[in-house]
Amino acid sequence: MDRLLLILSTLCFLAAVVRTIVALRAGIFRPGQFNFLAIGLGFIFQTAFLSIRGHTLGRCPLTNLFEVFIFLAWSVALIYMLVGPAYRLSLMGAFTAPLVVLLQGFALITPIDVRHPVKLPANPWLEFHASISLVSYGAFALACIAAMMYLVQERQLKTHQLHSIFYHLPPLTDLFGAITRLLWWGFALYTIGLVSGFFVGRPLPYGQVVCAFGVWLLYGAILQGRHLRRLAPKHVAALCIIGFSAALTLLWGITFTAQTHPLP
Amino acid sequence: MNLFCVGLSHHTANVETRERFAGHAETNCILRRAGCAEALVLTTCNRVEVYGAAEARVPTKEIACCLARKTDNESREDATEFYRYEDADCAQHLFRVASGLDSMVVGETEILGQAKKAYESARASGAAGPYLHRLFQRAFRVAKQVRTHTEITRGSVSVGSVAVDLAQRIFGQLSNRKVLVLGAGETSERTARALVSRGVTDLHVSNRSSERAQELARLVGGQAVRFDDWPEQCRAIDILITSTSSETPLLTPENLAPMLRDRIDRPLFIIDIAVPRDVHPNVNEMEGVYLYDIDSLQSVAEQSLALRRQQISVAEAIIAEHVADFGKSISRKSNCKTPSTDHRALGETPLRTSEL
Repeated sequence: MDRLLLILSTLCFLAAVVRTIVALRAGIFRPGQFNFLAIGLGFIFQTAFLSIRGHTLGRCPLTNLFEVFIFLAWSVALIYMLVGPAYRLSLMGAFTAPLVVLLQGFALITPIDVRHPVKLPANPWLEFHASISLVSYGAFALACIAAMMYLVQERQLKTHQLHSIFYHLPPLTDLFGAITRLLWWGFALYTIGLVSGFFVGRPLPYGQVVCAFGVWLLYGAILQGRHLRRLAPKHVAALCIIGFSAALTLLWGITFTAQTHPLP
Repeated sequence: MNLFCVGLSHHTANVETRERFAGHAETNCILRRAGCAEALVLTTCNRVEVYGAAEARVPTKEIACCLARKTDNESREDATEFYRYEDADCAQHLFRVASGLDSMVVGETEILGQAKKAYESARASGAAGPYLHRLFQRAFRVAKQVRTHTEITRGSVSVGSVAVDLAQRIFGQLSNRKVLVLGAGETSERTARALVSRGVTDLHVSNRSSERAQELARLVGGQAVRFDDWPEQCRAIDILITSTSSETPLLTPENLAPMLRDRIDRPLFIIDIAVPRDVHPNVNEMEGVYLYDIDSLQSVAEQSLALRRQQISVAEAIIAEHVADFGKSISRKSNCKTPSTDHRALGETPLRTSEL
């Protein structure tokens, strides 16, 4: 039943992707309600899946790589829904849906939904730490998407080669404003997640802590560079993409380590 | 009832010919002399067309004579330059015209307003009856659908509007942007006016002749700046329009770099419409600077036009659907009508302006 919900959710996001590709290929893409509705419906199915899984496990559904992927996809959709109507109705939705399809598609196809025997009762701090950190990843993911859109738009303006997509992307300054806002949101949530990690009451792997601080420092440096006007918008956008790649690598590392060397 | 269109357009006749036949386009003459039941004249700078409905075929020459400035032998001979479309072809032609597919600049929207005006005028005078009402209402619907479902009106196709469009793509709202116009030529004035029409209020004008700078500043509601002071202004502006007659570039990467130092997060959009150019092309390589000269603006306009042309087939498909449907509905209604119930048979109650 819960897997069926996830498949339905993935199909909703896939519908948004297909519609965008078909429309862009025909050169008649118009930002409209369809993508928002498809993503909204997909988000409802995701939420239902996570809720059922949570009830079954009796804890936050973050016990294996499969659930982490789904939770991350849910966070991306959540931030997209919260980020504001201006971006929901623009191509942001069209850029968001493929990321969610990739995350959920990978989770569904690969055999990573392995149930591990539960050794300890649920730890609220650990669950809070993990969930808030993943929501911050959702904000970083959308900042990364906005950064890609910024670089596409910037490149077209510089080279004077304006394609059909140019007219559907938001203005450069608006995109940069969105990147900055998403970075601040992501950074604040990530900081809360990081700090809450110290209240888990169990020793955390040293390597993970160092890497987590590394990602925190990277995003902190991007925001500081932006604040002090040391970084040009194009460089901030490029660093957003690098930062999110680093964050994803760290997430994979943490989940992999947790599965191969579970906490006592 | 036979629906027809007789006309001349920029595709078939030069401006002299079009002028000769647009002298006194009187629908009354067409109705009376040519024996049409309904008639409507659509006159624009690119076309003169008569749309009519008649029981019997009205010769093209008769229509041409009514449209001609002087009814003489020359006008009768010139009737060979007229095109003629009937029934489904007439509907297809009007749908294409109203959608901007037949315009000189593909996708322009002015024609729709002109068609609406011509229809309203014919309706008010009683020259347009149920057949033309049905035809034109459908044409307006088709035009709206084409605009909504295709990219036929996308992008700007003139240098001035491309510049303003690009400014909006960079800055979004232009109301809080600062603009400097360097050189008070005619193109600068047009571009500055276009920016003001999109909300720019903080506009400065600098010119070698301070009188001309003041005059342009007054015309566009800006402020005149001494020509010696323009480099200082560059530190604060967002958009620079330059069109001086300088023989050497006024802006180079070397003299622009210090001005950009404190504004790393603010883009600078430069529109260089001077020939020879006022801004060195390497300036475009600088971070956050977007330089467009007259050639690149022209190139963007052509790209927009190419994008619009790509949409023609999509628009034609929409039109074809409507033509088929319109043909069916007309023949269905015609089969069941009686002469005394012409209006009701066509499903038309008294014509409503609100439908426009």
